[in-house]
Amino acid sequence: MTVRSDSNQEARLNTPSPFREGLGYLRRNPPLAFGLSLILVLLLFSVGGRLLVNIEDASPLSTPPYQSPSAEYPFGTDKVGRDLLAVMIVGTPLTLRVGLLAGVLGVAFACLLAFAGAYYGGIIDAVIRLVVDVGLTIPSILILILIAIALRGVNPTEMSLIVAATAWLWPTRTIRSQVLSLKERAYVDVARMSGMRGYEIIFRELMPNLIPFIVANLVNTTASAILATIGMEALGLGPTSHPTLGMTIYWVILHAGVLGGYWWWWSVPVVIIVLIFIALYLTSVGMDELANPRLRRSV
Amino acid sequence: MWAAVYLLKRIVFFLLIVLTAATVNFFLPRLSGQDPIRERMIKQVQSGSAWGKGKEKMVEVYNAKFGLDKPLWQQYLTYLGDMARFDLGHSIAFYPKTVKDILREALLWTIGLLTMTTLLSFVFGTLFGALVAWTRAPLWLRSLAPPIMTMAAIPYYLLGLIMLFVFAFELRWFPGHGGYRIGTIPNVSWRFFLEALEHSILPALSILLSSLGFWAIAMRGMMVTVEGEDYMTLAEAKGIKSSRLFLDYGLRNAILPQITSLALAMGYVFSGALLVEVVFGFPGIGTVLFNSIKGVDYPVIQGIVLTIILTLATTTLILDLTLPMLDPRIRRQT
Repeated sequence: MTVRSDSNQEARLNTPSPFREGLGYLRRNPPLAFGLSLILVLLLFSVGGRLLVNIEDASPLSTPPYQSPSAEYPFGTDKVGRDLLAVMIVGTPLTLRVGLLAGVLGVAFACLLAFAGAYYGGIIDAVIRLVVDVGLTIPSILILILIAIALRGVNPTEMSLIVAATAWLWPTRTIRSQVLSLKERAYVDVARMSGMRGYEIIFRELMPNLIPFIVANLVNTTASAILATIGMEALGLGPTSHPTLGMTIYWVILHAGVLGGYWWWWSVPVVIIVLIFIALYLTSVGMDELANPRLRRSV
Repeated sequence: MWAAVYLLKRIVFFLLIVLTAATVNFFLPRLSGQDPIRERMIKQVQSGSAWGKGKEKMVEVYNAKFGLDKPLWQQYLTYLGDMARFDLGHSIAFYPKTVKDILREALLWTIGLLTMTTLLSFVFGTLFGALVAWTRAPLWLRSLAPPIMTMAAIPYYLLGLIMLFVFAFELRWFPGHGGYRIGTIPNVSWRFFLEALEHSILPALSILLSSLGFWAIAMRGMMVTVEGEDYMTLAEAKGIKSSRLFLDYGLRNAILPQITSLALAMGYVFSGALLVEVVFGFPGIGTVLFNSIKGVDYPVIQGIVLTIILTLATTTLILDLTLPMLDPRIRRQT
């Protein structure tokens, strides 16, 4: 045992850069490595695709309709003549961006509420807890549907804002419970007795310790934000003037694309969406392990 | 004493959820500052009639008729009163029909579909999760874990699209659209039941397969924890039979949190199932929602939102009230 920890320490001394250390960690955490590389592949697909394919073909009436995959249109075209390859190239990063923005906004807001509520306690905390408890019982997609039909015709950024409106609920609950247990630690008492102010303790003592946990939450929140975004788009409530993944599903459902036998029309977006979710799932499993070392090697 | 406090807490919580739902339902559509009656009129003008002087008068009359000329707080109170009597108003798209009538039928389909799939997926998923964590389970079973758990990451309706293609379009084993054959009139008979069952197999299977992993993941975690407990080691050392060790010592103790999360998962299942119904044209709430979004039928959309939340809140309340009977730890907490 001692020999092993010695060699570990030696390895750490020999590692020159945090970058290589990160790579080393990825090797020990295959889900995280697979998840992140899958996301990277999807991004490369869309960046590379922009160079090779004319993305203007993602709008209607740019190609002959209902073409099955061929050399000219590798992913085929849909009913109104969009080149599906171009749609995927534009839609994939768009979907990821909407989800990520909603995730970041949601987690940032959640952090604010969770730290303020859990650290100071009192009536604010009670109100936050009640709102979160009630909010989590209501399926967020319903609230999102109400907002989206009220606004009608949104752009992708507004879409992120809408999705963020419910995305903060879950991270608020989980981060809050972590802060509650963390603030009882001795070092927080020491900080308090040495005269640090509340916000100083939050930013300099509590937050740094929770960074891995918050990042893990960000991945989960982004995943559910993307789930919500694609769901809304598939219901016909997304940014309709932009070629998104969910919108493609909407058109397939609306025009009975599956039973019509246009297999390329639905299989391409389904494969990409499934890849996105598997990537996020693996990343989140890997992040959980990073954030919660007790899980390591448990199963 | 604990029982009274607990009961009161749960009921207050239930009322809060319902009140929130009604409030959100009332204010969110009004936030946009749209004028529903005028818009309706403009739509009519677009489809061929002229915007004469009389139209302004009509807007006024209709606003008065629907109470839209009163101050907002008064409208809100009237609305809450209507909701308390479960008066959801009329559908715009199918005018004389009330929202209640439209929803009553659809809700039956949805509840049938969801009760069946949720129970099956809970039982099988939990059992599967427990077996995966059980070190003495056969290897082939444990090697099924990664694919099934990955499946949990995929939205139900995408699996639905794939199922629709494979089993309805390619193999033609099952019907791919609707809840019964075209031409059949829904009635209470054995034959109609079989027909509906045949039509619900594919949607049910889509929900079932992609939700199995959810239960399995949670159960595996709990089972791993329970397996590490001292009483498990002791029971094993006493030479208790492996099957009894698994069922009475492991499963029984690990399953309680699963039942708690059943209440939490209901909302998730409900929202996931909405689009599955749309994919299969299954005549439940989801399809009605899809069509009313397409036809901008506000009263129906709002009615659906309220009904779903009400259903969920009631389910949660029932689960909350039965849970203390199953889990003594909750009784001690309050």
